[in-house]
Formats: sequence, C-alpha cells, structure tokens
Amino acid sequence: MPEKTVRLSVNGRELEAAAGEMLIAATDREGIYVPRFCYHPKLSVAANCRMCLVDVEGAPKPLPACATPVAEGMQVETHSQRAISAQRATMEFLLINHPLDCPVCDQGGECELQDLAMGFGRDVSRFSEGKRAVPDPNLGPLVSTDMTRCIHCTRCIRFGEEIAGVQELGATGRSEHMEITTWVERSLKHELSGNVIDVCPVGALNNKPYRFTARAWEMTAHPTVAPHDCVGSALYAHVLRGRVRRIVPRRNEAVNETWISDRDRFSCEGLYAEDRLRNPLVRRNGRLIETGWDEALEAVADGLGQTAREHGGEALGALVSPSATCEEGHLLRKLMDALGYASIDYRLRRRDFRGQRNEPPAPWLGMRFAEAESLDSLLMVGCDLRGEAPILAHRVRKAALSGTRVSYLDLAEREYLHPIEKALVSRPGHWADDLARHAGDALRGERSAVWFGGIAMRHPAFSELLEIAAGLPAEVVKGQVSEGGNAAGLALAGVLPFADAPGGAGRPSGLHAGLMQRQAPRGLVLMGAEPEFDCAAGAEEALAEAGFIVALNPWTTTWMLRHAHVVLPTATYLETPGTFVNGQLDWQSFAAAAPPPGLARPAWSLLSDLGGILALDGFGYSRSDEVLAELRARIDAPAPAPPGAGPSANGGAAPGPRSPDENSPAALELPMYAVDGLVRRSVPLQQAAAGRSAA
Amino acid sequence: MGVPLAHVCLPPPEAEKPWRLDSYRQRGGYSSWSRVLDEKLAAAEILDTVKASGLRGRGGAGFPTGLKWSFMPRDCEQPSYLVCNSDESEPGTCHDRDILRYNPHALIEGMALAACAMGASVGYNYIRGEFLGEPVPRFLAALEEARAAGLIGRGLGEAKVDFELHPFVGAGAYICGEETGLLESLEGKPGKPRFKPPFPAQSGLYGRPTTVNNTQTLASVPAILQNGADWFKGLGTPNSAGTMIYSVSGHVERPGNYEAPLGVSFNDLLEHAGGVWKGRRLKAVIPGGSSVPVLPAEIIRECAMDYDSLSKAGSALGTGAMIVMDETTCMVGALRRIARFYYAESCGQCTPCREGTGWLYRMLTRMLEGRAQVADLDLLLNVANNIEGHTICALGDAAAWPVQSFLKHFRPEFEAKILSSASQREAAYA
Repeated sequence: MPEKTVRLSVNGRELEAAAGEMLIAATDREGIYVPRFCYHPKLSVAANCRMCLVDVEGAPKPLPACATPVAEGMQVETHSQRAISAQRATMEFLLINHPLDCPVCDQGGECELQDLAMGFGRDVSRFSEGKRAVPDPNLGPLVSTDMTRCIHCTRCIRFGEEIAGVQELGATGRSEHMEITTWVERSLKHELSGNVIDVCPVGALNNKPYRFTARAWEMTAHPTVAPHDCVGSALYAHVLRGRVRRIVPRRNEAVNETWISDRDRFSCEGLYAEDRLRNPLVRRNGRLIETGWDEALEAVADGLGQTAREHGGEALGALVSPSATCEEGHLLRKLMDALGYASIDYRLRRRDFRGQRNEPPAPWLGMRFAEAESLDSLLMVGCDLRGEAPILAHRVRKAALSGTRVSYLDLAEREYLHPIEKALVSRPGHWADDLARHAGDALRGERSAVWFGGIAMRHPAFSELLEIAAGLPAEVVKGQVSEGGNAAGLALAGVLPFADAPGGAGRPSGLHAGLMQRQAPRGLVLMGAEPEFDCAAGAEEALAEAGFIVALNPWTTTWMLRHAHVVLPTATYLETPGTFVNGQLDWQSFAAAAPPPGLARPAWSLLSDLGGILALDGFGYSRSDEVLAELRARIDAPAPAPPGAGPSANGGAAPGPRSPDENSPAALELPMYAVDGLVRRSVPLQQAAAGRSAA
Repeated sequence: MGVPLAHVCLPPPEAEKPWRLDSYRQRGGYSSWSRVLDEKLAAAEILDTVKASGLRGRGGAGFPTGLKWSFMPRDCEQPSYLVCNSDESEPGTCHDRDILRYNPHALIEGMALAACAMGASVGYNYIRGEFLGEPVPRFLAALEEARAAGLIGRGLGEAKVDFELHPFVGAGAYICGEETGLLESLEGKPGKPRFKPPFPAQSGLYGRPTTVNNTQTLASVPAILQNGADWFKGLGTPNSAGTMIYSVSGHVERPGNYEAPLGVSFNDLLEHAGGVWKGRRLKAVIPGGSSVPVLPAEIIRECAMDYDSLSKAGSALGTGAMIVMDETTCMVGALRRIARFYYAESCGQCTPCREGTGWLYRMLTRMLEGRAQVADLDLLLNVANNIEGHTICALGDAAAWPVQSFLKHFRPEFEAKILSSASQREAAYA
C-alpha cells in the first residue's frame, strides 16, 4: 500500500510528508532547522523542552513541531515573530537555572544548549535570583554527572526505557526540584548505558574517564570501526596531540544506527596501559632486552627461518586474534605459506573442529543485521547476545517487541529485556538432544533463524550442534555470532589451517588452533593473542614448550615476558590502517587514528618487512591498501578446485581428551569485558565489570 | 436573599445520614439505574438526555458533558473506561469533598449511568489523597452498600449489565487533577500530563478510550435523568444549565459550600455566605479557584455566577470556588501565596512551567521583602506571558493568569508595595 502523503507549507515552501509524521521530521528532511532539545529521532516524543514551538496557522498557541502531526494544507512558520519569541522564551527559561559553567564543562564546544543559546539566548540574563544546585549521583565508572547542568529533556530516561530496555535513570521530585537520577544510588550496568552521554544535550551526563582531558574543538575526529564484536560499529576516535582521548559513535543505520556498546566506547582507555610495549624486545642470555627494529626483525627471521630449515615449514604455527585486521591476517598467512605451509588459525577458543570443512567460508549471521528485525522466530544457541554483541541484542530486542518469537538454548537463564518465547536451559552435554528436540518448535513462521554464539563455538561438541542445524529446513537461516571483530575477514583471508579453506587451494592442511594449543609447534607466532587469556584453558603451559616464540602484540603479558623470544610492539586498531569484515559481511576499512606509542608499528608493515628480510617473494608493500587489494583480488578470483580431496588428518579428528571440567560454565563463558587485550586493560570497563558481577 | 439554594448534587439539609443507601433511595436515588438494569432505559436515551440538559463539566473548563461523552468510539472491541476525577485540588474548591461525604451514591449512580451511556463497563474514581479522613471511607462504604444491593458488579439485573467501579486514592499532587496527569497516576506512573493529541477519548487509560469527568458533573446525572433535561435546564441560565456548588472561602462570615442555580448573582451568593466579614468592604474576588483571573469588587459586584457573565468580565467560572478578599488584603502577598502554590505543584516536565513558576514566586518574594524595583513588574508580567500558552498542560496558564490579572487590576498597589517595603528595608539597615 503506498504511503499516504500530505502537502504542507513551511515558511512559504511547499513540501510533502507522510501522513501521521511529526512536523519536525518533515522539516529536518527538508533542511529547515527547528531548534530542539528533547526530540531525538530514535526516541519517543516527549514534547517537554518546548524549544521547537512553531507557528501553525489557525492554532491559538504555538505548537511543538516534535509532537504536531503534519496535516494537509498546514501552513507553518518556524521563524515568525510568534515562533521566535516562543523559542527565545524557552531558551531564557532553560538558562536561568543552568550554571553557565561552559569554561569548565566537557560538553563545551559540542553542547546543544550552548549552540542554541548563541541563536536564541540573550547576552545579559534578566534572572537575578539564586540558581538551583543539584547533587550528583555516582553512576559508576563510565558516566560522569553534573546534574546542575541538566535541562530535564528526559532523553536519558527514554533511552533506558526504550532502547536499553531497563530504566536505569528516572526523574524524581517535581517542579524545579525534578532530578534525573537512579532511584537508589547505583551504577549504570546496561551494556549500552554509555549512550546516555551522547543523547544528553548538555554536560550533565558525560564520559567519566575522558573528563577534563581535552576540549572538543582541539581534537581531530577520525572515522574507524570497532574491533570487539562481529557488529563492527562505526566510530569516531577523537585524537589530541597524538593520543586517542575518547571514542564516540558514528552513525551507520545499517550497522549500529547511532548507538555503540560501552565496550566499544571505553576500551580505548586500555590503549596506554602501563604494560604498553614501546620497543621491540629480544631475548638475550635468557633476558628480554629492548632493541631496535632491525635487530628484532633479524631475530625473528633467524628464529623462524632456522626452525623452518631444520624441521620443515610445517613445524611453524601461528595463532591470530580474531580481532586482527584482514591485512594482518593475509600477510601472516602469506608469510607462513612462504615459509613452508605452516599452520595458522584464528579460532583460539574453539575446541571441536570436526566438520570445519563443511562450514560456510566465513562465519557470519546469515543475514543483514536489519533483517533480524523482521524475523518470525529466532533461536539462539549458546549465545550470550547482550555480552557478545550488544548492538545486535538491541536489534533482537526491537524484533522481539514487535513480535519475533525469540528462544534460546543456554547454560543458564539469561536476562533478556524482552519477551522470550522459550528458554531452554540445560547442561552442555544435553544440548545436542535439546536442539534436535526443540528447534522445530522454536523456529516457526516463514522467516526464521538459528544463531550460534560464542558459548556454542566453545562447546566440546560444536560440530554436532552445527550438524543438527544443517538438518533443519533450508529456509531456516543458520548463522553465527562470531568472536572478535574480524572472524569473517580472517576466515576469508584464509587464516585457517585446512587445505580447502578460502584461498587455501594448493597447500596441505596444517594444525588447527586446538591442536596447536595442546602440542605447541616448534616455531610459534602469536599475533594479538595472549595465551593466558585468549586461548583455551591449559594452552599457556603447552605453548610455552615451543622452541621459538615471537609475539606481535601492543602490550606485554607475564607469559610473554617469561616465554617469548621476541616481542614486537604492534599498533592497536586505532593506530593502524586496516579492514574488518563484520557479521553481515561488510568490508569496512579504516585509517589509523593516532600514531602508536614509542617504536610500535602496525603489524601489516612489520610483516611486510619481515617477508623482505626472509627474502620471500612479493612482500615489498608500501601501503596497506595494496595488501587489501591483493586479498580482494584473490577472493574475487574463482577458486581453483581443491587438490587431493578427502578429510585431512586433523580436520576430521575427534576432539581431544575431555577434561572433567570442560563442560563447566566457567570453561564455556567469556565475560564481555574479557574478550581481548584492549578491553582487559581498560580500567573503567574492568571496574564496571566488577560492579556488574557484584550486583 | 434573592435566589434560594438548590439541592441537586448535595442532599437536602433535612436528610438524615444522607450518605446511606436507604436515605438516597428515599430521595428517589437509583431509580434511573434500576431502569437500566430492567432494560427500561437505553444507553442512547441517557446520552440524549444529558446532551439535552446542557450539563457542562464542573471541573473547571465547562466543556459540554454530553458532547464529551459522544467522542467515545462506539462499538469498540477493546475495553473503554470512565474515570471520575475526585482529585479536587484547585485552591478554594471543596465541593467534590462534600459530595463524597454527603451524597456518594449520587456519584456512584452517575458513574454507572455515564459508563452505560458510553459503553464502558469499568469505572475508576480517582480520589484526592488528602481525603483519606472522611470522604474516602464514606465513598468506600457507599460502594460496598451498592455492591451488596446488586447495583455494582457483573451481570446486574435483567439486562445482565456489567459495571465495575474501582476506587483509587492519589498521593496528593495538584497536577494529578489534570486529566492526563490523573491517567498517568492511575497507571502507577508519576503524574505528568500527556501531550494532546491524542485525547483520552482516543487513547486514555492504558491506551484505551477513556472519558474523565468531574465528581460534581457525574453526581448531577441521576437528577437529570430522574427529573428530565428540561427541569435541569430550567434551573440555570440558557448557556449555563443546572446548579453549581459554590465553595465560598476567604473573608466572609460563613464560608462553606452553597449549591445554587447557575446564574445566581454574586451579591446573592455573598449574602448566603453572610457577607464580607467584620463589616469590612469587599476588595476583590477570585471567582473560580485560584487559577482564574481575579476581579476587583466593582466588577464582580455586577456579575452573575455563570460561564458567560464571568467570561465577559474577564475571568471564568472555573470550579465555582469563590475566594473573597476584603479591603485589608495585601494583593502582593496574596499573589505571592498563589505563585508559591504553582511553583510547588508544577510537575517539572516542561520548561516554561518548571523554571518560570519558581521565578515568579521569587520575584514576588523580593517585592515583599523590599528587594525589588518597580521595573521588576514588567519582568514579572513578561515572564508570566512567556509561560502562558507554551506548556503541555494548563498548569502553566493557571500560574500565569493570576499574575496577569493581579497586575491588570492592582498594579498601583504593587508599585506602592515595592517602594514601601524597599524603604522599610533601607531603614532597617540605616
């Protein structure tokens, strides 16, 4: 049915709008600016700030554009005497009790109140009474409060009710004494709560770790992409004097809309942690000493070259963080291939690799994120969606509220802030049976999907679960909420150990991550992976047995200091150009936002140099986009037929011996603020995590 | 004494324990509702009679009641609600309190008839929290009596009518008397008025079609159906049918509730209340609760107490609560007291009212304390004008109108007060 449109005139300009639409949406689309504070396109209409009062012909009073539906033949003036004087009156009321402490307010320079006061305020106040002062509740480590600045627009309250799904902030008291606060003083715990910083039009709710570190106008904004989950939220990094000061969301309706998770926002606080590596380290006489790059790369070339010469290239292995960029993955893969088809894998926490060759070329959701909102039913298997991909959880919440039947199979009841059709809670050993028995029930309607999450991926019989899902009707979408920011990209870049992996034609199969972590390769490369945190339990002892260990990492860890032979300081995602492929298979490239500290370098460039030192062919890159172009060309080329079919020795291997505790929740769960090195080093996130678990 | 008092919503003074069911029945009570239950009175007839009677809402706005009822969607599948507004909070007003105390069954029958006329089978009575002492227990007892007598409940009478009536006691906020604030409060939320449209008849309580009527309005309905629309119309003036309970307070000899036909002259009403006390002269009257504009003695003396006459005089009938001020009244002090009320009772959600009411109050306080200048009067008026018409609900207007009208009629007194209190203050510091 075609949408009904109406014609109206605004400031004498004819425009069309959809029937039922609010006036402000129509004027925004036409580029006619109406001042506002409480209106937010993603939130319900409150009409409480009264800043958007406009003059509608025939109305006895000025009407709020945010709450006035368009009507056929409506005549609107947004700049008439009546409209302007109403807007000026509102501005005066907003300012009388506002502290006007812009010089010491972090919002200064990017404040909606400040901006509009330029246009609608007076230069001298007529208010000579005492101003209101409001006590500041402590909302925890992420969000700072200066509630005296609050203009009571209630965007933060509506964000909680409507987007997060839990009312963490509310208004108490009435008249002038209305305050935005928590009912009982407590921290904000929701994984999206940091977005109240952005919805707050003034400096009342702000970024606590960033407090007093920069002025908005001094910083440069660099578009980038979040690395912590398969959403790949669009971000801006704000940089001052070579340091990333904060992260804010960048609007991308197809990915993160206007929101980002707290993890994406506050992980940058771990960038300059005390253990950030500024110089390469090479082990000499049993001690790691700081060196220059030449010496360090020579040491790596020697170590890897010697191992390859003495034991063959297959004695080398590489473990890659699932948040490494495509460029890094591609180059390391190319390097390992050139050294003699060494093993390489990014699936560090996975335990069951049977059936890996039958899986899709890249783990992805099986659909665009937005399509999740129109599903009839969804079954999440072993997926802590709010922890694994908070933005995706928001999409699913929207879906569930509009009728999608959402079910889950999990270790424990999880707190989803929307209706759940069926919560199947059982011990991991029963999952295969439960999935087979209940999937049909849970997946009804024309559009249905089953998503496997991180817990399923770490399940000791993951392949059986996948197999059961494969037996479901073809129209059921089978998707994966993958780990890290670039699992799909690394899979497509061939950071996989088996022959028929993408781009793998013509090489023998190597060892998968599970085998490497039980029986360390003689020469081990770690890229962004910290064995004590990023690998399966027990891997740190096994990996320490490797004869030569090189770690490419932005920080050091105790394990690296004790066992690595060379540690190369690399750049984080904020300091390197790169590309992530997210869960809906968008290739998202980004540039470096800030230089890495000290001598640290982007991993792609040092891998390129390393190839040169090892005298390998095709490693003289001067720009990272050459690496990407090479990868894209390879992926776009038709894949040659895989050589020598038949299951490889290790791909079909049964899972290794099961330790008694491998089914325990502790072995399967991955707390949301422990997913990677950057997140683990963010003090505010760790404080927030402590707050969450204490609750 | 010109026009005699009437007894439509209040029981006649001779009635013994008029709040009891038997007493109400003796006065002909529940006869209309019984006809509904016996299928002798149809919903359409109730609606037509009320429309024809010219009954207007007694809560302040004076909107025609029958017309309001007809906004409710017909034959809707979903439940719709009738809500009675007994959150009587307008300063000076106390007629609903006396209906709850002395004639609760008239309200119950009125609600039953109104619900029937609109096709609603559930009603709520939102009673002011401060009424816990006497009015609430009286109403609850009457409700129990009616329920026991088979007048309230499910499957009533031959016609198998459903009418459930739930009492609800508020927590004492003026703003919960605003109909959408009341609905929010009834839903368990803070009483912050909703932006309209949608109006309650489209989306009210729990998002369902809802009509909110004042207590006195609903309590008038049984008498209208009992005696006919023409009788009711005959009580008042052409545009102001029926009676009104005038709550007379302030500087009179006998403050209290006086029910009289609409159109009674101010002078008659004042006489009923014993005239201005202590033999003093009349200075000013706020004729319809503290929100409506004040009128000086020479204007109000000429007025009849009905919708048209007071509107013509530049004020409004409002709730019919007449606040009488004698010649000794300090108008600055009176206005400051009124401003204090709106400052305290603003719900706080929208900017002009939240910020402006406190500003008004503080300026008036300065005027009394000798810390103001005459020029501040222009600012005071300008701030009031900036609040008026810019807010979600009418509380902003209610805060602005007294300021505007006090300044309109008594500006010289304000100027004199500012100057005299300033010089007193100076003298104190000299």
